[in-house]
Amino acid sequence: MKTRDEIARALGEAGYIADGELAIAIALMQQLRRPLLLEGEAGVGKTEVAKALASVHATELIRLQCYEGLDQSAALYEWNYQRQLLSIQAHRGADADAVEDQIFSEKYLLERPLLAAIRRDTPPVLLIDEIDRADDEFEAFLLELLSDFQVSIPEFGTIKATAIPHVVLTSNGTRELSDALRRRCLYHYVDYPDVDREARIIMTRVDGVNASLALQIARMVEGIRKEELRKVPGVAETLDWAAALVGLEVKDLHGAPETVHETLMCLLKTQEDRLRVTREVSLRLLGKVA
Amino acid sequence: MSCCGASPDIEDVNEVSRLVTGKLAAFLRTLRDSGFAVGLSEGQDAAALMATGYAERPGLLRSALKHLLTARKSEWDRFDGIFDAFWLGKRVRSRSITTGAAKAANSPSLKSLPNQQAEARGEAEAMMDQVPSVDGAETERSGEGRMEGASRADNLAEVDFRKLADPEQIELAHEAAARLARAMRTRLTRRDLARRRGYRLDLRRTIHGNISHGGVPISLVKRQRKPKPLRLVVLLDASGSMSMYTGVFLRFIHGVLDEFREAEAFLFHTRLAHVSDAMKEKDAGRALDRLSIMAQGAGGGTRIGECLQTFNRWHAARVIHSRTCVMIVSDGYETGDAALLGREMAALGRRCRRIVWLNPMMGWRGYAPEARGIKAALPHVDLYAPAHTLASLTALEPYLARL
Repeated sequence: MKTRDEIARALGEAGYIADGELAIAIALMQQLRRPLLLEGEAGVGKTEVAKALASVHATELIRLQCYEGLDQSAALYEWNYQRQLLSIQAHRGADADAVEDQIFSEKYLLERPLLAAIRRDTPPVLLIDEIDRADDEFEAFLLELLSDFQVSIPEFGTIKATAIPHVVLTSNGTRELSDALRRRCLYHYVDYPDVDREARIIMTRVDGVNASLALQIARMVEGIRKEELRKVPGVAETLDWAAALVGLEVKDLHGAPETVHETLMCLLKTQEDRLRVTREVSLRLLGKVA
Repeated sequence: MSCCGASPDIEDVNEVSRLVTGKLAAFLRTLRDSGFAVGLSEGQDAAALMATGYAERPGLLRSALKHLLTARKSEWDRFDGIFDAFWLGKRVRSRSITTGAAKAANSPSLKSLPNQQAEARGEAEAMMDQVPSVDGAETERSGEGRMEGASRADNLAEVDFRKLADPEQIELAHEAAARLARAMRTRLTRRDLARRRGYRLDLRRTIHGNISHGGVPISLVKRQRKPKPLRLVVLLDASGSMSMYTGVFLRFIHGVLDEFREAEAFLFHTRLAHVSDAMKEKDAGRALDRLSIMAQGAGGGTRIGECLQTFNRWHAARVIHSRTCVMIVSDGYETGDAALLGREMAALGRRCRRIVWLNPMMGWRGYAPEARGIKAALPHVDLYAPAHTLASLTALEPYLARL
């Protein structure tokens, strides 16, 4: 088990600039063995947390992307039917029991993410991404798995977890999750980073950005987020924009107001927002950036 | 719960831990009172945390307990205040506790009742507005069981919303509207499930199911297309002429939005506001608080045509699909261009499956749709129905179920 300070340091080394509370959440995950539910706007870096966590624990990241209609055969396991059939044809005339034992053996089992996660020797990080997109039934099934960490396969028997994975769930809030699932998890709300943190993120992720430019970009983005927009730019958009500015060899935002306005397309992803942030608005925002 | 490195007297330690546990239990009670869903196992984990060094610094304990005991954004935001008030004796910012539906309903911008209505209080219950039958809905809504939970407000079902006077009654009506919305969703879903039928062959599952026959496909597995859930898009008129009804409808929409898998809500008066996000706040009181800010500017005229134009231009492509029902709640008093309203209604009608226009005024005795706006809009409306009582809202359900 790692202490909070170690976790905070390891997160930093993994290139994730965390807010102070995230390290506590990760320490609690270990101590209480509860999954961590991350909520927040799209683009605030929820998925990145899981990736950073995997590198903190120096372990594998297993990802399950949820979607409407996701079922057990895509999430948990499935038999390799084609192979089973070939095997039956090949052993035609052999003892039926023997054939059956063979075709329902390990070799014919296809592992899907959830099964894979509980069968590793070292506990991996299991990222269940956008759980709100999955159906209610799948959520109930997941709840059961997350409390027992065992899977029963009728033809095969019960598989118990060899190591309890570190489970991270993310949700964009397109649907209200069940209270049972929420209670089972630790909860962390991921907010847009503040100016300082965003500037540090830009500096670690984008090459060729100096401290003052990173700070200017972060301030500008903060100003844009405060405008009434349909789609508020996330951290990924900020990084795109920073990379674009570096590519256009902008060293100081005040030196190139035209370029700033023209490259805002990296941040504003709907036509409505593009029209709202006019040249005047972008100049006004730029004026506030010290 | 073993405290590591406890050198002092065991008795003392026990005494301290007993006190701490008692205080923790009181804190959990406070949280439950504030609407947090804190279970037994969370309590145990919290106690375990306090025994393992998290109690050394208040900031640390606050953050740890926050992760453990909150479950959604609204709780996440309120937790620090409650924690500080309880453990550090600081005063909670009043904003975080004085939210409640009854209060929101009485807040100035969402005022659902002007004072002159108060005198009608006495005869309100006795008087019953006519409910024009809606596609035979009148017969459908017999039997109290169908109201599912609304029985507590039985006498409210037939009372015009604008005649509800005292806050308690309003609150009851709001609750009934929320429950009604929930019940409607449950039943609509049930019908959907019963209707499922497959028509395409699922090859993979067929092979799987026929392994026992050596792979000869004897029993076929069909695949059904997952029925697209009915999507509801609500456009609520929040102008001055509607102010008596806005509160109840907001609550109804909040219930519908929470329960319908796919629903979007918009408010309009002189301009259109997309309010789905605010409505998705779990706590109805807080949702209404957020909305009352958005609804500001309400009370002036209504430019339904222009608002619909904005809707068609910017939102329709995203929120409308083939199984979408657009529900417009408005009295149809258009202060803008009636011709524009007609054009936009036609454009909207081409896009969506059904347009339902709910008009609270329609329940009034002697009301005829003579306002310019409503006249221009009516040709494009599939269902024009009253919505001034809970019963008239219930009557809508069979119609929605058929979509």
